[in-house]
Amino acid sequence: MAKKLESTLLNMFLSLVLISMVMSGALAFVYLKTKGPIEEASRQKELEAIRLVVPEFDNDPTAAKTEKDGVVIYRLSKQDVPVGYAVKSFTEKGFAGHVEIMAGFLPDGSINNITVLQHKETPGLGTKMTDPKFSGQFLGKNPDAFKLFVKKDGGAVDAITAATVSSRAYCDALQRAFTSMKLVTDSLSVK
Amino acid sequence: MGNLNYFTNGLLKENPSFVIVLGTCPTLAVTTAAVNGLGMGAATTFVLVFSNLFIALLKNYIPDKVRIAAFILVIATFVTIVDLVMKAYTPDLYKSLGIFIPLIVVNCIILGRAEAFAQKNKVVPAILDGLGMGLGFTLAITLMASIREILGNGSIFNLSLLGDSTTILIFILPPGAFVTYGFLIAIMNRIKLKYNI
Repeated sequence: MAKKLESTLLNMFLSLVLISMVMSGALAFVYLKTKGPIEEASRQKELEAIRLVVPEFDNDPTAAKTEKDGVVIYRLSKQDVPVGYAVKSFTEKGFAGHVEIMAGFLPDGSINNITVLQHKETPGLGTKMTDPKFSGQFLGKNPDAFKLFVKKDGGAVDAITAATVSSRAYCDALQRAFTSMKLVTDSLSVK
Repeated sequence: MGNLNYFTNGLLKENPSFVIVLGTCPTLAVTTAAVNGLGMGAATTFVLVFSNLFIALLKNYIPDKVRIAAFILVIATFVTIVDLVMKAYTPDLYKSLGIFIPLIVVNCIILGRAEAFAQKNKVVPAILDGLGMGLGFTLAITLMASIREILGNGSIFNLSLLGDSTTILIFILPPGAFVTYGFLIAIMNRIKLKYNI
């Protein structure tokens, strides 16, 4: 067992500075190496979610996107014919706050499919919003006719038992998606 | 052969989760699904091995008065490396584990082994100790996570075993974590007593 360095001010200073420099260097190296893959991974996730909610398309979503008030609307087309819109929407009204969804709408405004991207809802209760037993009721419906409020609030949506707050939040995010999508498509058709 | 003891120590005799009872925060929080337990165990083992290695290597160049600061520098660097690598190459696991990856820095197992072992031993024993403790931790939390997932969700490693209606929800929630942990520690104590480990 060799002797340790004495705890003089100079030694302590030098030791910590040198360790910091070496560690920072190693970290900077790893950061640079993983920067690309990290961006790629998040791009892939977004693309995956889009593919899940709209029919087959062949254009690049990132080239056909509009952002409005935190909502992102992707216009998808196949051979230049619009096949649908993927809208990344959100709500802050979840039981545990922020919930993010990706909603796919057909050009006629009806809902094609929905997937939940992010949430922190209670397991076994609010998490049931990802279950097709709940989300299935929205598919094929047009929010112009199918009011996106829970039945308790006068709408057409069957809420999750014992998870009304989460159900309301889901509707809020979906309504926000629909409204933003309508704004974008209306402004496009006016052009 | 003395060297092998450094490794096997962390598996049973001084298992960090069931015997020394350190690192209980991730043990309770992350063991809701078997794959989460495995992922957290792997990440912690990586940090444990490398921080033990570096601290054993540098032990003669770290003055006593700043040793904790120096240990934290080393540990935090490796945790950040794990964080970045997981974000880049295992994004689903990264999302499941969430804030508990950065929290590996304050996992008492790592600072505990640095203080109790790495700064007093040579490099090879330190690496073996890191591996043993890390593997012991991984086995412990994966076992606990499997139990909680089977009872609370009817699945294991995301493969459905039992039907939806036969789950006991509380095992996925915090109280279930404490209950499962308590039982496992008790069983471990019994085993140690009976087989004189």
